[in-house]
Amino acid sequence: MSIRIRQVTKRFSDFVALEDVSLDVPSGSLTALLGPSGSGKTTLLRIIAGLEHADRGSIHYADEDVTQRAARDRGVGFVFQHYALFRHMTVFENIAFGLRVRRIPKSEVRDRVNELLSLVRLDNLGHRYPAELSGGQRQRVALARALAVKPRMLLLDEPFGALDAKVRQELRTWLRRLHEEMHVTSVFVTHDQEEAFEVADQVVVMRQGQIEQVGTPQAVFEHPATPFVMDFLGNVNVFHGRVQEGHAHVGPFQIAFHDYPHAEPRAATAYVRPHELEIERSPSSSAALRGRIVQVNPAGAVVKVRLVEDGSQNEITVDLVRDRAHDLSLQIGETVYVRPRAARVFMPEVDYAI
Amino acid sequence: MPASTLARRVDASASSAVLRDRGETSVLAMRPHPLTLQLTVFERKEKRVDSAHPVHADKQQQPWRPAPVRDDPLWLRVALIGAAFATVGGLILVPVIYVFVQALQAGLTTYWQNLWGDEDTRHAIWLTMSVAPLSVLCNTLFGIAAAWTIARFRFPGRAVLTTLLDVPFAVSSVVAGLMFVLLFGMQGYLGPMLRAWGIQVIFAWPGLVLATTFVTLPFVVRELIPLLQAIGSEEELAAVSLGANPWQLFWRVTLPNIKWGLIYGIIQCQARAIGEFGAVYVVSGHIAGQTDTMPLRVEKLFQEYNNPGSFAVASLLTIMALVMLIAKLCLERILAA
Repeated sequence: MSIRIRQVTKRFSDFVALEDVSLDVPSGSLTALLGPSGSGKTTLLRIIAGLEHADRGSIHYADEDVTQRAARDRGVGFVFQHYALFRHMTVFENIAFGLRVRRIPKSEVRDRVNELLSLVRLDNLGHRYPAELSGGQRQRVALARALAVKPRMLLLDEPFGALDAKVRQELRTWLRRLHEEMHVTSVFVTHDQEEAFEVADQVVVMRQGQIEQVGTPQAVFEHPATPFVMDFLGNVNVFHGRVQEGHAHVGPFQIAFHDYPHAEPRAATAYVRPHELEIERSPSSSAALRGRIVQVNPAGAVVKVRLVEDGSQNEITVDLVRDRAHDLSLQIGETVYVRPRAARVFMPEVDYAI
Repeated sequence: MPASTLARRVDASASSAVLRDRGETSVLAMRPHPLTLQLTVFERKEKRVDSAHPVHADKQQQPWRPAPVRDDPLWLRVALIGAAFATVGGLILVPVIYVFVQALQAGLTTYWQNLWGDEDTRHAIWLTMSVAPLSVLCNTLFGIAAAWTIARFRFPGRAVLTTLLDVPFAVSSVVAGLMFVLLFGMQGYLGPMLRAWGIQVIFAWPGLVLATTFVTLPFVVRELIPLLQAIGSEEELAAVSLGANPWQLFWRVTLPNIKWGLIYGIIQCQARAIGEFGAVYVVSGHIAGQTDTMPLRVEKLFQEYNNPGSFAVASLLTIMALVMLIAKLCLERILAA
C-alpha cells in the first residue's frame, strides 16, 4: 500500500506546521520522518492517519483518495508516543479493542490476541493492566494493538522516545525484524538520527514544515542536499570563505568546486565531517590548518579530538580511528595540522530546499 | 514532630511512635492525664545497634525522660483543636441532633404518623423523590455533553460558555425562581403561549423541575471538565484510529475513564436538588398537596406551629443528606486509592 502525499498545507492559527509538502512512500517500505521539534513531522503523520485534516492538499493510499475519509475508515494502525493504552482495560482487552468494535466473534478474537501476545513476547501478561507494565512492555502492547486489525499501514509517532537507551535499542531491532516479516508499509517519526538510520529504508529530513531531502540513509548522510541536512545529521565543522574560478577558498583550505567556474568571487561555506579531517604533525601542503589540541576523548569506536584554530577561536572536531590516534599519541596543548579529505561546499544565497 | 502528627496520635490506638534521626532512635510515648487530659510526651533515646560493635540491647537504652518542646506549645495545640471541635459541634452536630430529638419528642408512633399519615406530607415526599432525580438526570446528560464540548474543542465563545455555567452558583436561588416566573408565568413572555397549548409551568411540577435543574446545573459539568482535560484525548484518538464509532468510543473508552468523577458530580447534584428551597418556593406557589416539596413542607408545617411534624420531615431530609455524605466519603476513599 503506497502513500502519495501531494501539496499538503496545515496551519494552526498563526503557526504554519506544514507548507506545500509532497512525498511518496513506496509500498512495503519503512520510512522515517526525521527532523527537529517543530518541523511538522508529527503533524504530517497525523494527517496521513486522518487524526488531523490538512487545510490544502491530498492524500492517496495506492490509488484511493482518502483525504476526506475519517480516521476510523482508513484502516491505519497508529502507535502513539506515550502509548495511549486504555488504562481501565487489561492488556488482552487493549489488544482486542480493534477486533471487538468490529464485532468479530469471541473465539476468533481470542486466537488473534494470543497470537499477537506471542509475537510481542508478552504471553503471560494478558490479564495485567497498563499501569502494572514497564515502558517497553507498554510500547509492545501498543504495537500489538495497532497490528491486531491487520492495518494497511503502520504509523508510529516517536515510538521509542519515552524509553531508556537499552530498551530502545532492543525495540528498534525488533521493529526492523517485524517489518521484514510482515512487510506492512510503515512510517515513523523520530528526532533521533541514529534510530532513523538503523531502522528505515528511506529517510525524509524535515525542517520548519518543509521537506529538505528524501533518500536512503546512506544517500542522505553522504550526499546532503542542503546545509541543514548536513548539519542535522551528525557533527560537522563549518568553514566560511568564498568560491572563485572552480575553487572554494575556505579558511586555509582550497577545495575543488566545479559548480562555480566564474571569476567573480561569491561567499561560500564548507562543511566537513569530523571523520573527513586528517591530523598531521607536519603540514603536507601549505593549505593546512594549524591548531592546538584542547581535548582528546577516547570513548567509543572513534577517538574524538577537539582543537582550537590558531589565530581565531574556532573549535574543530576531528574523529580519528583508534589505530591512527594511537600512532599519533596526541597530548593536550600540542600544536598539530589539520587537512580535509573531503568537504561539501554550499553557497548561502542559493536556496537548496526542495 | 509537627503538631498535627501528635494530635492524630492522641486519639489513635497506638500510644507510642518511633522516630529515627541521625543514628539515634527516639521512642516516643504519650500519656494523657486521665483528669486534665494534659499530654506528656516521654522520650527514650536508643543508639542504633552497629553490626560492627554488637552490644547488648539493654545497655544502649536510656531511661524515660520528658521530651523537649519541638514546635507549637501544647496549650496552643489543645486550644486550636478544641476550637475546631467546638465549632463543628456547636454549629453542626448539635442542631442536627436537635432535629432528631424534636422529631421523636412526641413518641415514635406520632413520628411515623407525621410522615406517613399526613396525605400532604406523603405527596411532598413523593414530589421530592421524583423532581430531584429528574433534575439530576437532565443535568447529567447536559453535563456530559457540555463538558465534552468544552474540554475537547476550541470554538469562539468557549470561555464565555464556561463562565456562564457558573451563573447558577452566583445567582441567589430566589432570583432564579423569579426568573422562571417572569419567563413562564401568565404575565411573562412564554406563559400565555404555553397555557394555550395546555402546558402549565409555573405553580406546577414542570416549573419545579426547571427551577431545580437550573440551580444544580454546574455540579456535573464542573466536575467533568477538569477530569476530561486531565485524562487527555489520546486514548480517544487511539480508539478512533482502531475503528470505533462515536457511540463505541463513548461507552468503551470515555465513560469508564470519567466514571468516578461523574458519580461524584451526580451525588453532589442530588444532595443539592433534594434540599433546594428558594427557587422552588417562588416557582411552586407553595400549594400544599400539589406543589410542595419536602423543604417547602417543612416550612409550611413549621408555620402552622406543628413542630413534631415539621421536624419529622426535616429528620427525613437529614437522613437522606447523611446517606449521600457517606456515599461521597466512600467515593473519595476509592478515588484516593
